[in-house]
Amino acid sequence: MTGAWIAVLVTAAGCYALKLAGLTVPERLLRNARLRRFAELVPVALLAALVAVQAGAKGSSLVFDPARLAGLAAAVIALMLRAPFLVVILAAAGTAAGLRLAGIG
Amino acid sequence: MPASPGGRPPRAGTAAGGSGGSSSRAGAAPKPVRDGVLLGLAVGVSGLAFGAAAVSAGLTVWQTCALSLLAYTGASQFALAGTIAAGGSLVAGAAGAILLGSRNSLYSLRLSGLLQVRGAARLLAAVGVTDESTALALAQPDNAAARTGFFATFASLYLTWNAATLAGAIGAGKIGSPQSFGLDVIGPAAFLALIWPRLAAGWTERGVAAGGAAIAIAATPLLPPGAPIILAGSAALAGTLASRPVSAP
Repeated sequence: MTGAWIAVLVTAAGCYALKLAGLTVPERLLRNARLRRFAELVPVALLAALVAVQAGAKGSSLVFDPARLAGLAAAVIALMLRAPFLVVILAAAGTAAGLRLAGIG
Repeated sequence: MPASPGGRPPRAGTAAGGSGGSSSRAGAAPKPVRDGVLLGLAVGVSGLAFGAAAVSAGLTVWQTCALSLLAYTGASQFALAGTIAAGGSLVAGAAGAILLGSRNSLYSLRLSGLLQVRGAARLLAAVGVTDESTALALAQPDNAAARTGFFATFASLYLTWNAATLAGAIGAGKIGSPQSFGLDVIGPAAFLALIWPRLAAGWTERGVAAGGAAIAIAATPLLPPGAPIILAGSAALAGTLASRPVSAP
């Protein structure tokens, strides 16, 4: 199991170094308006991509999971009604769980 | 930005623009703390699934817990366990996991201006850079609230994720499917709720979000899991070029 330990520790060190790297950029770089705008938009693009992939994919294949999509639709409706954060989450999980309990998805 | 005495601060404001004028008045808990703690609890529960998956893949309970304690980034951890489970090499597993972690660099690049951490605080804050802490920090109206939200999410999610990992690793095979509780929808629903205020900020943001989602879906069948998310970052590049007239000095 030594090999597995090395893989675990190398993964942990690599992931930490990547997180630290962005926090150590020189401050003057962030005064560049273009770079700052890019840094602002990156999380929007990546988080929207995560939502899409987690909604419609499993591994490398696209899947149609009605319960999952209905859960997200419930979240969108809750957001449009300006519901608090917890209500949004509960509406999504509750809808998906309820549909699966009913044998859908 | 002076605190508005009567109402809530505008949520659609730019998180980077404020000068840190958050004031928590008596009464309800400040939103960044409450929402951060709730997010950490809700998402951290999926550590159960990781713990169970990693032990089923052949990692020991200690190795599984070490990953959650030290790597602390869900997608990378699942990738390593998944590669090992599929019989892939440990080198390929670690390489894929680290590639998946590269989006955290982009997050921390965004966060560095908001958090303003130095020395030991920076070394600690780096551990906490995840999808969730970034999203919650960016949903706040000013820098002070963003910092509070980041660390509240970090603390809550770190504790929950690691406790759930241990429980999942020990109880592997004994718990029901996380899907039957709708746990798989919590992540995307939370991310959606957290970028919602950003989408209200302007057409560029909405375009970047739609572009990122479309790129990721289109690339999913073509690339290994995780890579489509990185590729979606190109939508941010396009958005940056498109917003040149506004942000150029």
